[in-house]
Formats: sequence, structure tokens, C-alpha cells
Amino acid sequence: MNYAKIDPNLCKGCRVCINSCPKHCILLGDSINEIGYQYAQFVPGSPCTACGICFYVCPEFGAVTVFKDEEDANG
Amino acid sequence: MIKHAKSKALYDTFERKGTGQKVSHYCPGCGHGTVHNLIAEALVDLGITDRTVFMSPVGCSVFAYYYFDVGNFQCAHGRAPAVATGVRRVLENAVVISYQGDGDLAGIGTAEILHAANRGENITVFFVNNAIYGMTGGQMAPTTLVGQKTLTTPAGRSLTRDGGPIGMAEVMNALKTPVYIERVSLGTPQGVMKTRKAVKRGLSYQVEKRGFSFVEILSPCPINWKMDPGSSRKWITEHLEPVFPVQKFRDVQSGTAAPEVPKQPKVLKGKALLKMLQGESAITELTESAMKEDQFVKIAGFGGQGVLSAGMFLAKGAIAEGLNASWLPSYGPEMRGGKAYASVILSRKQIGSPVVEKPNVLLAMNLPSLLAFEEDVQPGGVILVNSSIIDRKVTRDDVTALYVPASDIAKSGGLIAASNMVMLTVYLAYTGTLQVETIKKMIPQNVKRKEHVEKNLAIVDASIAYLKEQGLLKT
Ligand SMILES: Cc1ncc(C[n+]2csc(CCOP(=O)(O)OP(=O)(O)O)c2C)c(N)n1
Ligand code: SF4
Ligand code: SF4
Ligand code: SF4
Repeated sequence: MNYAKIDPNLCKGCRVCINSCPKHCILLGDSINEIGYQYAQFVPGSPCTACGICFYVCPEFGAVTVFKDEEDANG
Repeated sequence: MIKHAKSKALYDTFERKGTGQKVSHYCPGCGHGTVHNLIAEALVDLGITDRTVFMSPVGCSVFAYYYFDVGNFQCAHGRAPAVATGVRRVLENAVVISYQGDGDLAGIGTAEILHAANRGENITVFFVNNAIYGMTGGQMAPTTLVGQKTLTTPAGRSLTRDGGPIGMAEVMNALKTPVYIERVSLGTPQGVMKTRKAVKRGLSYQVEKRGFSFVEILSPCPINWKMDPGSSRKWITEHLEPVFPVQKFRDVQSGTAAPEVPKQPKVLKGKALLKMLQGESAITELTESAMKEDQFVKIAGFGGQGVLSAGMFLAKGAIAEGLNASWLPSYGPEMRGGKAYASVILSRKQIGSPVVEKPNVLLAMNLPSLLAFEEDVQPGGVILVNSSIIDRKVTRDDVTALYVPASDIAKSGGLIAASNMVMLTVYLAYTGTLQVETIKKMIPQNVKRKEHVEKNLAIVDASIAYLKEQGLLKT
């Protein structure tokens, strides 16, 4: 399984990854993080290809990590 | 398996406000962070993190040095290419990055970028063009579009009143020297992936020592464009790209004739440096310094007491004896009477920063200087007090205090202005840092008025005589 892991407290909720993912694997959650933003979440079980686009478009440092062929896909 | 993760070229935590921070200072959706990530990835991929020196500009990316775990400079507004040139010329193996916004590069810094490019400096410039002054709250930039509303063009930029947007990549392309010029865009994910390639190429050309690379990146400033991050990316594609065409302007492929990279002059050190500064006759015979430990010297007094020149004299003398030296003057706008300090460091090792915060030697030429710096002196340090005009004693008991009637000795020698030379001589002779002979050899080259040379030499002798009289000199 591939997935993108988004660190809730490093995300500023800009939605750029959400708009960019070709497989629509990411959504904006309802909860607010430590720095006051609604944050993006990887939808478990989405057809992620580990293409890395969400990682590259994200303006934050270390907010997105992309995993390829991992067992644990809970994002 | 981790396929994409935060680059090791970025610090784990950012010590900007307090410690342990992990988030950037950028607004949500700002393009700077994306460009930072791409540069950081390329540094690791190319294995050049440890030899990279990064010029942060003035603008929103002013704090880039909090993020990049490389060598860093924060440059004055627009001057990054000039600072980069300096680093390029002295650090042969450094990978030098000039990172700049459009106000910085295309506005206040137009001269610097043009000439660095024209010289074909082997550096890489990342030009983040967001068509606005971001940091200062959204004023018109040189790259602002005609009709674009900004704080300073509330009705939109006017071509006839304000001129049109400057295409910097096109300007670069008018020069013969650059080897690589490309404009890319963060408007779409595909554009980001192209930017990734351009960033890496711009750096690898420098590693191959091919010359000047310029990567212009169209980048969003959602805050000052007053858009959400998603719309700001669309706006890049729909409005910026038609005016600033995304294109590779030049790519001098390997194998084809690259413009000749300017030869980097050799770095001058020690005697060679002194010869360049002062001519062949500067120092006849060089002695090896007997300095016991690194000297962090603060010379302080009022303007006109020769504080700065004493510092310069000391630094030159140290270089003459094969040491490394730095001299950092600090003075008010007035020529005479204001405060004047010189910070001098003498070391056998390379000197990183010329700033002296905790001196181990203080030459206090007047009372305000003693009051200002006494507390800063390291325990075990030496404080020389010009006792002719300071009647206060040193209050600390963990330092050595020497009271020298410097102004009186100088006056007896017929040259009151030479009290700085008395202080310097006493300091050097007492601590054995430099040979008094070195000082005497330097006087003819450094004292401007010939009739003062003899007097200065006599005052040096009188200073030594005073030290002996006081039983402060062993020999
Ligand atoms: C000498 C000087 N003049 C003006 C300023 C004020 N100033 C700070 S940032 C800036 C413009 C920055 O715009 P840009 O280079 O486009 O960078 P951005 O913030 O958009 O990334 C200006 C004019 C300054 N700091 N120093
Ligand atoms: S790696 Fe690609 S497919 Fe997977 S979430 Fe990110 S953008 Fe979507
Ligand atoms: S791009 Fe980064 S900061 Fe923006 S929503 Fe996605 S994870 Fe969060
Ligand atoms: S003001 Fe603009 S350029 Fe500056 S951090 Fe915010 S979005 Fe980025």
C-alpha cells in the first residue's frame, strides 16, 4: 500500500496538496491543529500511487511524507 | 518505505522564535516554502549540502538561514549577488546560492544582478517572482502586471505612469555570459515538477563550474494578492504566465562551448596580503609571533584619539608576524569627539566573526570606554587604563589592571596624538603578543607625516622605559 502521511501540526491547511493529488486521496479535515489551522488528511484506503506530487507542492517543511509499499496505511 | 520526506538540508527544528519550532514563518500556500523544499532536496541529491553557502535576501525569505542547514549570509536588500560574488571569489569549492524576490532582485538590486550575471560568476540565482513586495504588505514591484492592483497602485499599475513589468529572464538573456536561464512556474503540479528539475540543473551547472545560472520561478503570494492559495495558483497560470512566458531561454549544454568561466583570483594571506596592501617594503624581516593565546581586543575612546588606527596598526603587525587578524571599526557620524571603538582579533586559526563581545584585552582610552566595557572583559583578561585622563580604578579583581599615563607620555614625546601608540606598545610588550621591533619597523610605513616618525619611535621607547620603571617588564 502507498500513502501520504500528513503531520497534523505542521499543516497550514492551504489545500494545495488536495487540489493537486491526481487520485484525490487527500481531504481537509474538520479538526483544528495546534497552530490554528484545519489540516489536510490522507483518506485511508485511497488509490495513492506514491507519485510525490503532494509532497512537492506542499509549502511546509516536513508536513507531507510519502510512503511506498508499506503495510501500515493508516496515513 | 519512505519515498519522499523532508530534506536533511533543512534543520530539524527552527530556532527562530524560541526553540524547537517546526513550522515556517511563511503564510499558508506561499511559494517560498515550496522552492525551499526543492532546493533542499537538490542539495542532498547532489551531495553538496556541506559546501553550500546560501544568500538570504531582504523580503519574506529573509529568514531562510533559519531553515537551511548550510553556510548562510543575510544580505542587504538587493545585494545578494554581490555578497555571492565575494563568497565565490574566496571559497573556491563553495556552492553559492543567491535567493531573491522580485523587489530585491528586479528593483533595488538591479545593478548587482546585472553585473554578477555579466561577469558570469559561477553562482546560481533563484529568483522568486511573485509580482509584488510581499514582506512589506503588497506594494507594486517591478514585475507587477499592468492593471494589477497593489497597495501603491490601488487602481492598477499604469504602463504610462509606472512602466511595465520587467522580464528579468529576458534581460539575463541579453547578456553573453549566463550558461543557463530558465523561467518556471508553481502554477500547476506539473510546473512544480519542472521547477524541481530546473533547480537541480541550476545547481549542477555550478558544481560543474560552468558559470552563471538563473532560474526565475513564478510563485504565489496569496496574502498580498488577496486570494486563497488555490486561486493564487490559477492566477499564475492565467495572468502571470502570459506576460512572463515559461520557457528555457538558454542552456549551454555540456560539450558545447560554454563562455569562459572567469578565473578566480588566488586568496591572499599573511605576507602576500600585507605586500598587496602596503607594498614590497612593508616589513623587512618577519618574526614569528610569540602570542600565547588568541587575543580579543577592544580599543575604545573618543574620535581623534587614534582608536581605529591603533586597531589597524595592531592587526597589520599581527599579520606581519604570521597571525590572522580582523579589524572591525565602530564609530559615530562625527569625525572628532564621538565614541570610537575598534575590535581586533588575533589568532593562529582562521577567524570566523570579527565581532568581539567578550574581550580579553581592553585598552580604555577615556572614562566612558572603561565604564562601557569593563564588565565585558573575560576573567583573567587585561585592562589598560589611560590614567592621564581616567582617575577611576578598575573595580574588578579577576582581571589585571594596568594604569598607563598614556596621554602624558605622548605629550612629553611632543606628540599628544600618539597616546594610542603608548597604549599599544605597553599592551604588546606586557603581554608579549607582538615584538616591539615589529611595531618600530611598521612606523615609517604607517605614520603619514614624516616628521612624526621619529617622535613615534621615541614614544615607543618611552613607553617601554615606563614599563621597566614600573617593574612590569621582565627583561
Ligand atoms: C534598503 C531597504 N529598502 C527597503 C526595505 C523595505 N523592504 C523590505 S522587504 C521589501 C520588498 C521585498 O519584496 P520582494 O523582494 O519581492 O520579496 P517578497 O517579500 O515578495 O518575497 C522592501 C522594499 C528594506 N528592508 N531595506
Ligand atoms: S503521493 Fe500522489 S497519489 Fe499519493 S496522495 Fe500524494 S499526490 Fe496523491
Ligand atoms: S499542501 Fe501542505 S500545508 Fe497545504 S494543506 Fe497540504 S499538507 Fe497542509
Ligand atoms: S506575504 Fe506573500 S511572499 Fe510573504 S510569506 Fe506571505 S504569501 Fe509568502
